Amino acid sequence: MGSKRPARREFLKSGAALAGGFALGGAAPAIGQTPSSPPMLKGDKDLIAYGERSRFVTSVRIAHGGRPSPDGFGLVFHVASPLQDSVGVITPSSLHFVGTTRGSYIPEIDPQEHRLMIHGMVDRPLTFTMEDLKRLPSVTRLHFIECAGNRTSPKAKTVQETHGMTSCAEWTGVPLSLLLKECGLKGSASWFVAEGSEEVKGASSIPIGKGMDDCLVAYGMNGEALRPQQGFPLRLMVPGFEGIFHTKYLRRIKVTDRYYMNYNDYGHLDRESDEAALGFQIGPKSVITFPSGGQQLPGRGFYEIRGLAWSGGGAVRKVEVSTDGGKRWNDAEIKGTAQRMAHARFTYQWNWDGNETELLSRCTDELGSVQPSRAQVAKFFNKPLDESFSVPGLDNTIQPWRIASDGSVRNGNA
Amino acid sequence: MGTLRALLFVWLMGVCALAQSPTYGVGRTPTAEEIRAWDISIGPTGEELPPGHGTAREGAQLYRAKGCAGCHGATGVEGTAPILKSKRGPDVELWERGRILPLRAPFATTVWDYINRAMPLNREGTLTADEVYALTAFLLYINDVIPAEEVLDAQSLPKVKMPIGNDYAPLPEWKHGTPRLKGYPY
Repeated sequence: MGSKRPARREFLKSGAALAGGFALGGAAPAIGQTPSSPPMLKGDKDLIAYGERSRFVTSVRIAHGGRPSPDGFGLVFHVASPLQDSVGVITPSSLHFVGTTRGSYIPEIDPQEHRLMIHGMVDRPLTFTMEDLKRLPSVTRLHFIECAGNRTSPKAKTVQETHGMTSCAEWTGVPLSLLLKECGLKGSASWFVAEGSEEVKGASSIPIGKGMDDCLVAYGMNGEALRPQQGFPLRLMVPGFEGIFHTKYLRRIKVTDRYYMNYNDYGHLDRESDEAALGFQIGPKSVITFPSGGQQLPGRGFYEIRGLAWSGGGAVRKVEVSTDGGKRWNDAEIKGTAQRMAHARFTYQWNWDGNETELLSRCTDELGSVQPSRAQVAKFFNKPLDESFSVPGLDNTIQPWRIASDGSVRNGNA
Repeated sequence: MGTLRALLFVWLMGVCALAQSPTYGVGRTPTAEEIRAWDISIGPTGEELPPGHGTAREGAQLYRAKGCAGCHGATGVEGTAPILKSKRGPDVELWERGRILPLRAPFATTVWDYINRAMPLNREGTLTADEVYALTAFLLYINDVIPAEEVLDAQSLPKVKMPIGNDYAPLPEWKHGTPRLKGYPY
């Protein structure tokens, strides 16, 4: 089956084991030794033009936070990615999480008509067509995007519910710094406003230092054009910042000398500076995707614990796993080279003795920042640790998974 | 030939950097009129505000006529959309009164900007400047931010004193390769 789905292979970058599996499936059986053949699919026009996955693979996104999406009016709200089924570090575009600044229909934009205007505190305002942008020097990088609302809760059962509002893809586009230099920044430039062309024209203020550092005006995702749910034809990537800054349907960048207090900006205000400091950049974070909530271990014995780790502060430097509720921490293996502001896949080899226990993972990033527990954050802010305690900023706390003696896995925060 | 070209390129880059002129020459210069038409960002100074004016009295009528009440409720609190008036009185601290745009926004320009770009649902961009001034005035009035008779226009709107004043934390200063909050929580 797998050998008939070449389009999916692009997404399964890591894993010689998987590649091996495909190779076996594709090998022609020797004459006279043929075991029974599976039923054959007819390669119809659609299957040839744009492949699809096996009907036996049913992993799907779900509405996030209980609100139906699309709702009765066809509006799209937040949609969470099935992390429990993920392998490697790339989220297939079809399974990438979706966030919207307000429930909306998905804009259908003709790329021929689309324009990006850069103006404000620049020497030369410029308007670019998609064709213009594709002429310019490009970069391709792996980056995660995570919604600030990706928050574990006692009610959540699966890792899709606790952590499904993060995804990682390969993005291609023009460095924003190149475009800003082309326009010539004026000395007073300190922020820029990025604005989309969807119905609410969502806009956010972003520090100009970030724009000159590593922002990307992206038109490519996982080897093809952006998907409409991800901002086709153009989106701003603000690596490591909260998802809302990654402006979809990007139409305009206005360089300014101040925080512009757009609607999204006002939503970011905090009273305490400690809490405000936790906005923008996402802290180090990780989660075990297998075994995770709602899954069932068939019995004692060997398991490869797998998970994802990421940080808005750079590359993941270390991931530790505890299989005894946090008494002892062991270094996990990071697969391949961890990229800056991208998911890293980690694994840890575990022999389950069949007793009740708790699995945890903890990430350290290249800045030396360490993923905290809920208890540590509550203590830092001098607040009582109970179910109602809400972690300020994007919740990057350690997710415990409780393994019962019958092999069932449950949310340790419940 | 290749080396010569590379050298020429490096030399050109250097000249460009000095002269602050474009390197690639791709893209088109928009006209001032095009920029004005596209620039819907209204910053705290209000410099981008268009001519026009409105009062809370006019806004109250528009609030019903334009269908705002359908989603936000007759008095701004009964609907399914975000509430527009605090359910808690001025005796309660501002930060405890809820995240209500016309109450907690540090500048009245934010209210004007959001109504103008994003309302009403499914008919975004159809309100005139006068209507946006009037609806902004109405929302500020029902939150006791301005009196009923105050006329809002490009001059008066940025001067509205919002109840939050300076009582909010400065935005994080982002620097490459810097942790969010030193010592957090280790």
